[in-house]
Amino acid sequence: MNPVARTVLQRLGLGLITLFIVSIIIFSAIAMLPGDFAKATLGQSATSETVAAFQREIGIDRPPVERYFVWVAQMLHGDFGSSFASRTGYRRTVAEIIAPRLYNTMFLAAVTALIAVPLALGLGILAALYRNGWFDRLVNVVTLTTISFPEFFVAYMLAYLVISRDTFIGSDFAQSMPHWLAVSLSWALNAVPKFPTLSNVNDQTPFWEHVWKVALPAITLTLVIVAHMMRMTRAAIINMLASPYIDMARLKGMSPMVIVLRHALPNAWAPIVTVVAFNLAYLIVGVVVVEVVFVYPGIGQLMVDAVKSRDVPVVQACALIFAATYILLNLIADIISIATNPRLLHPR
Amino acid sequence: MTSFEPIAAIQRLRRSRATRAKTALKRAPFSAWFGIVVIFGYVFVAVLAHWIAPYGETQVFSEAFAPWSQEFKLGTDQLGRDMLTRLIYGARNTIAIAVATTLLSFAVGVSLGLLAALYRGWLDQILSRAVDVLMSIPSLIFALVLLSIFGSSITSLIVIIALLDSTRVFRLSRAVGLNVAVMEYVEVARLRGEGARWIIAKEILPNVMPPLVAEFGLRFCFVFLTIAALSFLGVGIQPPTADWGSMVRENATLITYGDVTPLLPAGAIALLTVSVNFVVDWFLHATSGLRDEK
Amino acid sequence: MSESEYKLGIARSLIGGGDVSRRDFIHLGLAAGLTVAAADKLFVSTARAEPMQGGFAKLGMAHGATTDSIDPAGYPDTFTQTAFSGSLSNSLTEVDAKGNVQPDLAESFESSDGAKTWAFKLRKAATFHNGKTVTADDVVTSLQYHMGKDTKSAAKSLLESVAEIKADGPETVIFTLKSGNADFPYIMSDYHLVIMPAKDGKADWASGVRTGAFVLENFQPGVSAKLKRNPNYFKNGKPYLDEVEFIAITDLAARMAALSTGEVDYIGRADLKTLGMLKRNPKVEIVEVTGYGHYTLPMNVTMAPFDNPDVRMALKWAINRQEIVDKIFLGHATVANDNPIAPAIKFAKDPQPQHSFDPEKAKHYLKKAGMENLKVDLSVADAAFAGAVDAASLIRETAAQCGIDVNVVREAEDAYWDNVWLKKPWCASYWSGRATADWMFTQAFAADSSWNESFWKNPHFNELLVQARAETDEAKRAAMYAEMQQLTHDDGGSIVLVFNNFVSAQSKKLAHGEVAPNWENDGLKMAERWWIATA
Repeated sequence: MNPVARTVLQRLGLGLITLFIVSIIIFSAIAMLPGDFAKATLGQSATSETVAAFQREIGIDRPPVERYFVWVAQMLHGDFGSSFASRTGYRRTVAEIIAPRLYNTMFLAAVTALIAVPLALGLGILAALYRNGWFDRLVNVVTLTTISFPEFFVAYMLAYLVISRDTFIGSDFAQSMPHWLAVSLSWALNAVPKFPTLSNVNDQTPFWEHVWKVALPAITLTLVIVAHMMRMTRAAIINMLASPYIDMARLKGMSPMVIVLRHALPNAWAPIVTVVAFNLAYLIVGVVVVEVVFVYPGIGQLMVDAVKSRDVPVVQACALIFAATYILLNLIADIISIATNPRLLHPR
Repeated sequence: MTSFEPIAAIQRLRRSRATRAKTALKRAPFSAWFGIVVIFGYVFVAVLAHWIAPYGETQVFSEAFAPWSQEFKLGTDQLGRDMLTRLIYGARNTIAIAVATTLLSFAVGVSLGLLAALYRGWLDQILSRAVDVLMSIPSLIFALVLLSIFGSSITSLIVIIALLDSTRVFRLSRAVGLNVAVMEYVEVARLRGEGARWIIAKEILPNVMPPLVAEFGLRFCFVFLTIAALSFLGVGIQPPTADWGSMVRENATLITYGDVTPLLPAGAIALLTVSVNFVVDWFLHATSGLRDEK
Repeated sequence: MSESEYKLGIARSLIGGGDVSRRDFIHLGLAAGLTVAAADKLFVSTARAEPMQGGFAKLGMAHGATTDSIDPAGYPDTFTQTAFSGSLSNSLTEVDAKGNVQPDLAESFESSDGAKTWAFKLRKAATFHNGKTVTADDVVTSLQYHMGKDTKSAAKSLLESVAEIKADGPETVIFTLKSGNADFPYIMSDYHLVIMPAKDGKADWASGVRTGAFVLENFQPGVSAKLKRNPNYFKNGKPYLDEVEFIAITDLAARMAALSTGEVDYIGRADLKTLGMLKRNPKVEIVEVTGYGHYTLPMNVTMAPFDNPDVRMALKWAINRQEIVDKIFLGHATVANDNPIAPAIKFAKDPQPQHSFDPEKAKHYLKKAGMENLKVDLSVADAAFAGAVDAASLIRETAAQCGIDVNVVREAEDAYWDNVWLKKPWCASYWSGRATADWMFTQAFAADSSWNESFWKNPHFNELLVQARAETDEAKRAAMYAEMQQLTHDDGGSIVLVFNNFVSAQSKKLAHGEVAPNWENDGLKMAERWWIATA
């Protein structure tokens, strides 16, 4: 059997089992949380009667095991179920709640990936080419710095850059520095595009406006993930450059650029792709903080919201989507690793 | 958030260490020295926090948001607590928690990872699949749920982050362990009838140290940033305990007006993370034998 | 025209843009020969000038969750309350800026039989968004939605006192109460009790068809809601805005940033820390109103040591409320005096003496209770109110000076109201406040109320409560309420720390009249009441 096909089948099978276990873990975790949807919704105004009526309506007066299997049965029919926010005659399906959020998250991830991946690869290749030179060091220090700040801080700083276009010159901070410095800084700040600090999109937002609105979150995430990918690209290429066949190419008098692009890079794909896949997964499952800061309606915030309100069906669906994303991206990375490695593709 | 899994390092594991380390330290670049000095500085401040800090951790003064002065070197916060004192205690609390978390996650991750590598078979299968499952759940949100269940006490914070984090340590130590476990000397030791603990401690561990030490540094930074993110979401270290993540969060709105207050704790986090990364970079470079031609 | 008159003319033209302060204008007015009162009146009339029609306002709300719904059984926080109750719908009555009840969807109301029977007459011109006339049946079904065994409404307890609701012809609704209540029209102003069309004998909330100033165009739970002007609204000329969009911005820093960059025109719950700096922005106006909401520390008076009134008194004197106002609320709150009735409410009377931080008095009462020192647990979480944990840390410091060791116990934020409130002997709590003294006392202090958070059962207080409710003589009522407020102050188990202020900030492009204190966002009705002053 073709090794790629075998890997795919094996991993998909394992993936399904993983998803099943994840659903059990998440379900029990939410069941262990104090309170339930009815109590969380009613808050201070909860009385035992209203809570009981509420629990009856959304079915959480049933024992947890029974609820879990009802949910599994639904899932097997391809039905993600209804959110607890549904009421009689007013069904809010999990699918319709998640769909726009998932789209938004994918959108942001795609925009970020389009900026970050080429940037990281380019910088990594250049850094490998001019290794230990000033360019390498500069890129190294800058990317290290951007990942060393907490994400939300990077986000706030970017938002500040946009706001300070108008407010900087009047601030205490500007008054405390020499006038010429304040003026030139303010002039430089004016070059910052007036990106929106509020990325509140909805299903009626036109495509290009959507792109414009996710500019700041996309830049924040780019700053956060570029370092990892860039450094792996650099390391993998340098690692390859030490191989005998590269020495051979060098002896043949090829230019360093050609050597890196034609000979080193093709053999360095496996580790690079693994790291890229890891970061793409992160862009989908890990961006809740950036979503909160820029008020972007993505799926991370949805899941945190749903956990807070104990909306179990929504939490379950989000968890499964996240787990599936992780499994699929890892699978794709492995396939690319195999496909780019002749030895793995054609085992003896 | 992210880490640099030293795959390159794993692939090019070398034997000699002590002598190499000595010469490497001598030839360490400026960045590494800078990193080492900063880390020692932090440790110094953290350990001696109680004696260095001008005031008590939660001591409240009448003036809130006092400006920088002789009395309050960096001013006071919203409750009138000395900012410098909070920063110093923040170093102690945040670093202690991050160190404890990283140590615990390594204790769990490395021992299970090496056991899996040594015995393979069903033990390896079970552990690896369990780790797969845990890794496919977004760790930040899972930590959030678990902290809500067990309460945001410092102990549960440490245990939960350590357990979630140990999955990655498990993967790494299993991978490097596999390379070593097939060596003849391990085989010989097994034939001699040595126990698992002895083999791991005497034969495997010394040979997988470099990538693990590098990973330790990176995981430490990661834990730091995770705690900051959890504080941002309101389940991290709880007030009135001083910690840098919450300090950034509480004062975040000041950034809008060009006030530098939130920059101090954020800068403290960043400086430490950068320094650790510098040292790790250099360490990896020195131990992996990454052959860079001139 | 004299020079000062000329200046005054210019100043008047500038007021609309918000470039002249009230004080500056009055100075100019005095120079031009006006009296202070006349100048002030001129300022108000010019500043508040004719409301202008048209425009689109974006309003940043401090809350919003994916579980939000247009179902009036819920309305958990400011987003749903302002967008769906205040803008989309109407209740029978509303509370004006002076704190008086006014007819809203009702045209008039009157009581008989010692305030036991109430007749509400509906407006003839009122229609639903789909053109249907509002009838008494709609009102009856809408209110019954919150009553009965199976209701999930948070407003259920409000209507507990109603024995029967029935329609008397198409335009009159008759309420029969279990006992007399002179303040009943206030209860009808509650934001849950909106009027919905009846469909097959049930209130139809899901269609979003209501009576309000705005028609629902688009709603994305947890993100935004867009509403457009209802051209057939029953109030003359209102609303002024053509369109409003409510945007959920829960992150404080994001909210402040959005206002600074002009991406929204208004934000609720402004950041108190940076308010001083925000004030310097010439394009921004800050509105601050002392609301009815208050933060309390209820003690369970059925448990030791809180069963001893002297211990309660000692604790009341061991807290530095001014410091809490200054540090936790940064001055944007009003010191309270163990009396839950906010100063703006009718029949409010400040009991004497004002409880403040006095270690001598605290020690005196402690001694009277037969104790040298005292150790108590205080259970808090920021779920009770933002700053509760910090407030508790401050209390620990001051109480220590009175020989009282307050052990601050941090509780989990999740399910705080479920696990801590009404369960722990001493905890933190928040009340958004009620529009009348009777309403507040009935819910939080009456012996039989399920939310009597201090389990305080003072017989004389409870007698007065029932008497005052049915009493129609204003002077007698005032005297009774004064006595009850004194009782909660002296003997009650709730330490009322402070009254909150609603602090909001908006672009000067938005104009408004006097702002109502009953709820935030101008009594939730800002969309209906506010307008755009300059294009």
